[in-house]
Amino acid sequence: MISRRKLLGSLGLGAGGLILPGCDRLDQSESFRGLLRTGEKLTLRTHRLVTDRTALAREFSPSDMSPVFRSNGTRMPGTPDYQAHMSNGFRDWRLKVDGLVVRPLTLSLEQIRRMPIRTQITRHDCVEGWSAIGKWHGVPLKLLLDAAGLRANARYIVFHCADRFGDAPYYESIDLIDAFHPQTIIAWGMNGHLLPVPNGAPLRLRVERQLGYKHAKYVERIEAVPSLGGLYGGKGGYWEDSHDYEWYAGI
Amino acid sequence: MDAEETTAGHQPPERVKRHRLSTRIWHWTNALAVFVMLMSGLMIFNAHPRLYWGQYGANFDTPWLSIGSTDSSGYIAVGRAQIPTTGVLGYWRDSQGAIQHRAFPGWATIPSYYSLASARRWHLAFAWLLALSFFLYFVWSFANRHVQRDLAPSREQLNPRHIWHDIIDHARLRFPRGEAAARYNILQKFAYLGVIFLLLPLLILTGLTMGPNNDAAFPWLLDLFGGRQSARSLHFIAAMLILLFIVIHLVMVVLAGPLNEVRSMITGWYRLPPERKERG
Repeated sequence: MISRRKLLGSLGLGAGGLILPGCDRLDQSESFRGLLRTGEKLTLRTHRLVTDRTALAREFSPSDMSPVFRSNGTRMPGTPDYQAHMSNGFRDWRLKVDGLVVRPLTLSLEQIRRMPIRTQITRHDCVEGWSAIGKWHGVPLKLLLDAAGLRANARYIVFHCADRFGDAPYYESIDLIDAFHPQTIIAWGMNGHLLPVPNGAPLRLRVERQLGYKHAKYVERIEAVPSLGGLYGGKGGYWEDSHDYEWYAGI
Repeated sequence: MDAEETTAGHQPPERVKRHRLSTRIWHWTNALAVFVMLMSGLMIFNAHPRLYWGQYGANFDTPWLSIGSTDSSGYIAVGRAQIPTTGVLGYWRDSQGAIQHRAFPGWATIPSYYSLASARRWHLAFAWLLALSFFLYFVWSFANRHVQRDLAPSREQLNPRHIWHDIIDHARLRFPRGEAAARYNILQKFAYLGVIFLLLPLLILTGLTMGPNNDAAFPWLLDLFGGRQSARSLHFIAAMLILLFIVIHLVMVVLAGPLNEVRSMITGWYRLPPERKERG
């Protein structure tokens, strides 16, 4: 008969040898990932239920700004199309607003810069852990969506971008709560200048209560959709599709 | 019946109910949660192995701590001091023998291969287990007077002479026996109170501060910790202190008799070590 002491001892030894490869195996199991994803759903639900949906991200003073604002992800879109736009100063860049809208829009940069400007000094939080504080100038997304007129069945706003990761186009999406949030802007300027290319020229999204990968750069099309399932990989964004990052990046 | 009981002496050792059910349940759910949180947290750290103080901090800013590597070595840098860590941190061989330049090695992380997305999924799911079980234990332990009766130091224990005596006893590995072993000693109480009232709340709150939506909803978090990057640094420091606690905790369990200790945390029943025979 096996003694309790022996049993506990072998359990302990076995645990050491099994736990680590076990975690890797669990990590690769689609059903276990699904189980862990309930954490993400719980976070989103709790945030929407408990935290103020209109709460503003902290705005800082100029003296709080990072001396150098780090850029990340695509720093120079390589497509011939983008290169052509860049070489003529984005004069022919057009932003389309379409999908589930009453009046689809096609706007030049000049038209966008003539719209009401919101300037905000906010903190940019990368999923990797670093933060940088910068000043952004742009038009509230709400004004663009109101101008186009969302249809009643629109649930998400999708941002289609000019940069590519390999063959995959960058895109991102947010829900209507974040889309109509006063600090959610389509920025065309940064730190008092026109948006530099590494930071998303000529237009990028700022969605201040979410992590950096949600802040789509090089935006050329804004689309209102009823669901995210039909787009690209179906998870609502490039990093979500390709690397299984969470769609909700408020934490 | 095992051998221990029959050879122990004339009368069977006294058994006492040492741990309540709520303590035992929390101990094991918390052990699981902390284990996953620590290891997945080290993987998240690997994505940006630099720590800063203040509101912002990125590659162009000066970290107070970083783990890095050269072509042939690994190091941890604290302020201006650089400590070589080749083979363990910053520069190590994975299970296939390939050299890796990540901060924490595969044997210390969940998952063992580099994946920020996976580590975040583990970390943010088990954070719910950690926080909810901690909250329930916390409330329950006040309600059933576990905190007041078992964890709060008695007046006598707080006497500096008693504390000093306890330190000496620990240093000599002379642990309480008989009736005294049924209660927590003062160093034990300090350690448990420190974890329950300081480290775990600090970890949970600094963790929340790193979420941008939480900062919008609860801006006092930023003021409390002095910014997101300060919160990230404090989160790391508190996690390392938890690790230190776990190491000491496990050493004490082994020294005090692992079978009896582990059993008491499962069944609640603890066999009091018999009083020492006085030696001349």
